[in-house]
Amino acid sequence: MRKLWIGIVILMLFNACKSNTKTALPILGYKTPVTKTVNGKTVTDTEYATIPPFKFVNQYADTITQKNLEGKIYVADFFFTTCPSICPVMHRNMLNVYKEFKDDDNFRIISHTIDPKYDTVPVLKRYADKLGISGNTWWLLHGEKGDTYKIGKSYLQSVSEKNPKGEYIHDGFFILIDKQKRIRGTYEGTDPAEVTKLIADIKTLKAEPDQIAAK
Amino acid sequence: MKIKVIGAIAILLIVIGASCQSDDQIEFKRYYSAGSLVYQQHCQNCHGDKGQGLSSLIPPLTDSTYLKNNKATLACFIKNGLKGKITVAGRSFDDQMQADDIAPLEIAKVLTYVANSFGNKMGTISLQQVQDDLKNCK
Ligand code: HEC
Repeated sequence: MRKLWIGIVILMLFNACKSNTKTALPILGYKTPVTKTVNGKTVTDTEYATIPPFKFVNQYADTITQKNLEGKIYVADFFFTTCPSICPVMHRNMLNVYKEFKDDDNFRIISHTIDPKYDTVPVLKRYADKLGISGNTWWLLHGEKGDTYKIGKSYLQSVSEKNPKGEYIHDGFFILIDKQKRIRGTYEGTDPAEVTKLIADIKTLKAEPDQIAAK
Repeated sequence: MKIKVIGAIAILLIVIGASCQSDDQIEFKRYYSAGSLVYQQHCQNCHGDKGQGLSSLIPPLTDSTYLKNNKATLACFIKNGLKGKITVAGRSFDDQMQADDIAPLEIAKVLTYVANSFGNKMGTISLQQVQDDLKNCK
């Protein structure tokens, strides 16, 4: 009888562990119900918002579109090189993400500049060099202001023109995107604890069957 | 009798000496703790919570030799900003720190904090000293 109890307890513990490792990240962003006809039957499915196609230029003057991120999990943020307030904190924290995944070719970081007039491609390259990043893990993206602000909305971010004090206004979030271009997490980029969670979540995401299968 | 008087004077001097010193210490502690708040609000985002800076973009505040050599201009760095090539902790930096128009007392407090944190030990940087230094800014 005692052995049976011990057996049950062990089984329960085992199950608890199993359900733990299974945790998947939520899917964020706007949901739209879509009605489809499958095999002659009408079914309603949920479609999650995805990041639309885009075209920007990175610090190496290479053109970067959604195609360059195919089969990759990535993190996006918005910044500008002369930002005196939150950007140094964000990128000090983002460096930890970079260091953790820089040898993984299926992972990218993209940082959109919201001040394309000052942050030209050479300025972005110099910033990258000084930040100590190399290779293709972390792209600093330059583009038309309108394009950047528009894509910002897809990432649920608000970026806007200068406020009366002449400062750009932008959120300090890091946004985690999966291989299906869906939003899987947003993290306060100025908070080291949130960024630690981001790193853990990227590992969780990488292990999801959907992500392993996607090429 | 004489010995007693001398003894009393000696004790008095020691007491005065000790209380002077503790006044200094109290002032140091006041400056230091208030300075840590100024640091958090005005400097930490760039220079980091451990004064570590950020790669080659923002210099660390851990180079005691640099700070000592530039002690008389530190107040000006904050008041007027700093631009151009400098060598800190054996590395070169060539960027720009914006001017921060905070009161001289705030400057004294934050400099006292910086000059006695992150491995630095330079003692109190007083309001008087900051005011004098600010007169000589270039
Ligand atoms: C917007 C980012 C930023 C902020 C905020 C900032 N600094 Fe700096 N600081 C810099 C940069 C960049 C330099 C290097 C400038 C250069 O290359 O000439 C610098 C240089 C310095 C230096 C001289 C070099 C060294 O590292 O010892 C001191 C001292 C200093 N800062 C102290 C402060 C203090 C104190 C505050 C807060 C009152 C502060 N800074 C706020 C960016 C910043």
